[in-house]
Amino acid sequence: MCRTCGCSDGNMVTVGDADGDHTHILPDGTVIEHQGHSHDHGHSHDHGHSHDHGHSHDEGHSHDHGHSHEGGPSKVEILEAKVMEKNDRLAERNRGWFAGREVFALNIMSSPGSGKTTLLERTLRELDETSSVVEGDQETARDAERLRATGVPVVQVNTGTGCHLEADMVWMGLQTLRPELGSVVFIENVGNLVCPALFDLGEHKRVVLFSITEGEDKPLKYPHMFKAADLVLITKMDLLPHLDFDMEEARQAVATIAPDAQIMEVSTKSGAGMKGWYDWIRDAKRAAT
Amino acid sequence: MHELSITRNIVATVVEHARGRKVDGVTLKVGDLAGIELQALRFCFDICAEGTCLEGAELHIEQIPGRGRCLECDERVPLEQPIAICPCDKRARMIIEAGEELLIHSMEVH
Ligand SMILES: Nc1nc2c(ncn2[C@@H]2O[C@H](COP(=O)(O)OP(=O)(O)OP(=O)(O)O)[C@@H](O)[C@H]2O)c(=O)[nH]1
Ligand SMILES: [Mg+2]
Ligand SMILES: [Zn+2]
Repeated sequence: MCRTCGCSDGNMVTVGDADGDHTHILPDGTVIEHQGHSHDHGHSHDHGHSHDHGHSHDEGHSHDHGHSHEGGPSKVEILEAKVMEKNDRLAERNRGWFAGREVFALNIMSSPGSGKTTLLERTLRELDETSSVVEGDQETARDAERLRATGVPVVQVNTGTGCHLEADMVWMGLQTLRPELGSVVFIENVGNLVCPALFDLGEHKRVVLFSITEGEDKPLKYPHMFKAADLVLITKMDLLPHLDFDMEEARQAVATIAPDAQIMEVSTKSGAGMKGWYDWIRDAKRAAT
Repeated sequence: MHELSITRNIVATVVEHARGRKVDGVTLKVGDLAGIELQALRFCFDICAEGTCLEGAELHIEQIPGRGRCLECDERVPLEQPIAICPCDKRARMIIEAGEELLIHSMEVH
């Protein structure tokens, strides 16, 4: 049930801005807009696309399942279609959109409570770059409100029952957000160390937070998330004296899964390591746009 | 649970290819390193197939074991996790050769 307009939901996605205008996307791709001015989403859900079947694996073996329902023999049609193809294609569209505006996009991921919103709050206040945020959350607008308090534009994308952002949700969010030319877009993904890993959003870089209260072996337990990370931020470093956290072991665990990822230690609370993070953003942005 | 969204994609893709024909079965190829919970996938499949031409279709899953190749010793290693460093004592780089597949291999139609 949508809190703003009272319409009932199934498992739909909601995109909203600070004025309470919002849009629902139903599971079948139907878009419903509520209140006030309407945004130009201009997106299509791309039916009738064709897959590239040109490649084939496994030297044409055929399955003979032999059973048939409702009369007539059934025949096997080889598809070899990539399951993630639709999201990947929409991610590619986001990439093009970012490139056209020289916007630098970061996908920020971690388990719930590792410190994504807190990191962004401080970053938005201190980083000397024009920024805006796509905030992915399952239910509430709490994190979006915290980030709006910094004075930066934030668009909230409620994923409903979905535990991750997908490329089309980010696309919708961007149409509302309309980030400035040459700016930085931070995408705070839903707090979850499994699901967001599989969905390319068209971002330039993936940042994974890993707080020292979570244990050194997190990367080994959730390799899919860490494997695609460009930067791993080890967070809440101010708590180190109170914990038995083995930093060397943690770094080894990251390196085993993501040997090319950079690793940085930060404390949003004390500010330690934050300069390195800002430098990384600026360098990565310069290299990407 | 991302398997729900993934299953929706599977059903939508098959529906598109079936063009109204009844689908009796779908065969997927899922690598052991693809990050997919097969149990969850099967559970979601019946739900997502309901009311489409895939309703009642059988889901066959061909599992593909993970395999890495060490760039140092050229050894092929079975993998249960997508690690990028060879378990050999050199801690050398390893590339994942198999196990990350996530494909709709085929469908049975009539
Ligand atoms: N001591 C300490 N606490 C921190 C730090 N960063 C964040 N926290 C605390 O960790 C808790 C969770 O922080 P959030 O920023 O809300 O975490 P999140 O990753 O955005 O959480 P979700 O959006 O729910 O996934 C809060 O109580 C923060 O105050 C830090 O550097 N040091
Ligand atoms: Mg948050
Ligand atoms: Zn080796």
